[in-house]
Amino acid sequence: METAFTPLASLAGGALIGLAAVLLMLIHGRIAGATGILTGVLLPTSRDDWAWRAAMLLGMVSAPGFLLLLTGTMPAIEVPVSTIALLIGGFIVGIGVTLGSGCTSGHGVCGMARLSPRSIVATAAFMLVTFATVYVVRHVIGG
Amino acid sequence: MRLISAYLIGLVFGAGIALSGMINPAKVLNFFDVAGSWDPSLIFVMGGALLVTFVGYRLVPGREQPLLARRFQVPTNSAIDTRLVGGSALFGLGWGIAGFCPGGALPALGTGRSEVMMFVVALIAGMLLTRLAMKMSQRTTNTPSSQHA
Repeated sequence: METAFTPLASLAGGALIGLAAVLLMLIHGRIAGATGILTGVLLPTSRDDWAWRAAMLLGMVSAPGFLLLLTGTMPAIEVPVSTIALLIGGFIVGIGVTLGSGCTSGHGVCGMARLSPRSIVATAAFMLVTFATVYVVRHVIGG
Repeated sequence: MRLISAYLIGLVFGAGIALSGMINPAKVLNFFDVAGSWDPSLIFVMGGALLVTFVGYRLVPGREQPLLARRFQVPTNSAIDTRLVGGSALFGLGWGIAGFCPGGALPALGTGRSEVMMFVVALIAGMLLTRLAMKMSQRTTNTPSSQHA
């Protein structure tokens, strides 16, 4: 399935992700990692910590509806994989981000921007394995 | 005030994920499919996000404390170990299979699509089971836990 190359929208969207990360640090003193936020909502350490994470999660989930109101269209989601792949992939992602203490937002954006050696290693590891996995799934198994 | 600002930050984050295309597994998987239907857009997502965060983070810590919290809380763990590398590699494996990462899937939940719901339920199951396993092994070996990046 081909997708259109969208450098400007992607750059602008990336800048918004960065803006959110900077604002969260400036206002709340926290790293904007999706894994940390979801974990903190599921397994709260204190009432205060639960509340800001739940509020941020709610904001994230309401973004598509907000864009629908603003632009008249829902952001496009095309899922080129099977239900089984979603379930197996999701489960493995859950194990991986918990053991690795972060994902694309926490390690890839916030940690890399802090020049954290841990995050640079983590990002290199998951990017390389994702490239390899997609190659194997699409061109070795599926090819 | 704290909750309203956290909500709005989540909204900005989610809007960025949606606008950038990170919300769309077809686009994400095509970024990783260099040998096939390659779509390099995600380089621009990463570039835009890193540029803004890198500059912004250097302006923020000049302050004594955050605007609405007592202190800055950034990860202090610096161990580069098997758990970090192995966990990240597993994350890459799952990401390559499903096409969603947590930051892409959470805003995607708002579209109401059943595929996103299935991914997130499996994601949460993997997270909670791993936490449980880590807690049980900690009780026996007493290794220190690490913070989230």
